[in-house]
Amino acid sequence: MAKRIDVSGLTAYYGSHKAIEDISMTVEPRSVTAFIGPSGCGKSTFLRTLNRMHEVTPGGRVEGKVLLDDENLYGAGVDPVSVRRTVGMVFQRPNPFPTMSIYENVVAGVRLNGGRLRKADLDALVERSLQGANLWKEVKDRLDKPGAGLSGGQQQRLCIARAIAVEPQVLLMDEPCSALDPISTLAIEDLIGELKERFTIVIVTHNMQQAARVSDRTAFFNLAGVGQPGKLVEIDDTQRIFSNPSVQATEDYISGRFG
Amino acid sequence: MDISPAPATAPGAPAPEPDPARAKNATRPGDRVFLALSRGSGILLLVIMAAIAVFLTVRAANALSHDEGNFFTTFEWSANATPPVFGIAVLAFGTVVSSLIAMAIAVPVAIGIALFITHYAPRKLATPLSYVIDLLAAVPSIVYGLWGALFLVPHLKDLYAWLNDWFGWTGILEYHDGAPRSLFTIGILLAIMILPIVTSVSREVFRQTPRMNEEAALALGATRWEVIRMAVLPFGRSGVISASMLGLGRALGETMAVATVLSPSFEIGKSLLDPGGGTFAQNIASSFKESGELGKDALIASGLVLFVLTLLVNGAARMIIARRKEYAA
Repeated sequence: MAKRIDVSGLTAYYGSHKAIEDISMTVEPRSVTAFIGPSGCGKSTFLRTLNRMHEVTPGGRVEGKVLLDDENLYGAGVDPVSVRRTVGMVFQRPNPFPTMSIYENVVAGVRLNGGRLRKADLDALVERSLQGANLWKEVKDRLDKPGAGLSGGQQQRLCIARAIAVEPQVLLMDEPCSALDPISTLAIEDLIGELKERFTIVIVTHNMQQAARVSDRTAFFNLAGVGQPGKLVEIDDTQRIFSNPSVQATEDYISGRFG
Repeated sequence: MDISPAPATAPGAPAPEPDPARAKNATRPGDRVFLALSRGSGILLLVIMAAIAVFLTVRAANALSHDEGNFFTTFEWSANATPPVFGIAVLAFGTVVSSLIAMAIAVPVAIGIALFITHYAPRKLATPLSYVIDLLAAVPSIVYGLWGALFLVPHLKDLYAWLNDWFGWTGILEYHDGAPRSLFTIGILLAIMILPIVTSVSREVFRQTPRMNEEAALALGATRWEVIRMAVLPFGRSGVISASMLGLGRALGETMAVATVLSPSFEIGKSLLDPGGGTFAQNIASSFKESGELGKDALIASGLVLFVLTLLVNGAARMIIARRKEYAA
């Protein structure tokens, strides 16, 4: 199920602008890795290079290697579409398909992935995925209602259900709680704790308490100045990053003495 | 100097107690003028609509009371003869069929062009292409009529022969020699004429697809076509319907181009490729000058039917859009 991510020498551009430079790190399977750092430091850009979503932005291109177990996502002949079927993603703002019901939203990915399942199998998949996203109890009586009619927190869990329904190897989350209230945030954080039993999870967050609560490893990104590329400052066990980081800039950032 | 009766409130100060009487006094002259203007415009619209409806109904009623044939089933238009015999069967058939042919051709092509401009074409190509499409809308309809009569008609013979070879057995696409001045040709011409409006409205709708919905599809491993199918088309659905209805409205009412190309006759051919037939608007334009008092009233009666038909089409479109409103983005 879950796979290891091995990044080496990764640099990403928007046109001629270098957004992140020379990033290397390893993400262990069945763990949660949090990316923290100031706005504009490239952590979301880096996240989006891990499922080749970066290159859908006009001008976006990448140099370097991302190995998923032993397969280079940027190798010659690798289809970005199949990469994204293996590496799922949850976005900052909940984005269920507005024209689809809850049920259709969950099976959207499976329908894409060429699966032509029988109704009973689809039903089982929907229940399993919604349960996996801790949403089943709240929506089981209204699966045919539009997904956009749910609350923000429920919509985000629906998006997680949609992402895990295709059984990805890795789940990327780009500030999944930043548009949610504290109670919904807590629900998602609990969910992340459960999901890491099955998936490799990478989460970008602006909330350092959240990084401390949910992650096993934390990576701190920073940039030298405006217009400079973002760089990975350090990656270490979360506990160590928040108690005794090895780089002074990390300590300054997490203790609020940044800038 | 005009001093407003309401006391000025310093920013940040607590709001004064709302006083209904004072709130009423506090409307500014500008507000009153604007209210009167906008309310007047609204009322004016209703008055004009009512005036048109009353005019059409009264004149049409006069014509119908003198009609010796059945107004809905008669295949003849002799409103100036004695006794007057006229019916709209041929016109209704011609109008609906030619517009449907136009829709069947124009809507898929317009959606294709709109998707190409918004999702496939590089920006350098998309912008000029948009201009060209909009330019098509600026061509006057009589010019389309001239082009249709002088260029399209002589060049359609080969297409007609081909259609006859492949689909002649269906009967409705059978072709015997003759000038291709048929409802089918009108349909093609109308398709070209409504293409710009359907394309540009669809293009604007597709362009507004939320980026986050497209990314959601991409992140699930959707190909470009699948992104369009999952995110763009469902989002644009009601917009495309509105666009098509705008186009249909234009096709139903198109006059000069049809009158220039069609060789009108009051019979319904077995095949869509048979010359002849007519449409409401074309018949009015072609017959108006030679019509007497009653003849004009009869044409007005047919105009009333066209008016109702357009109303029904718009109503149907609204119903389709409203039915899935809870899914609207």
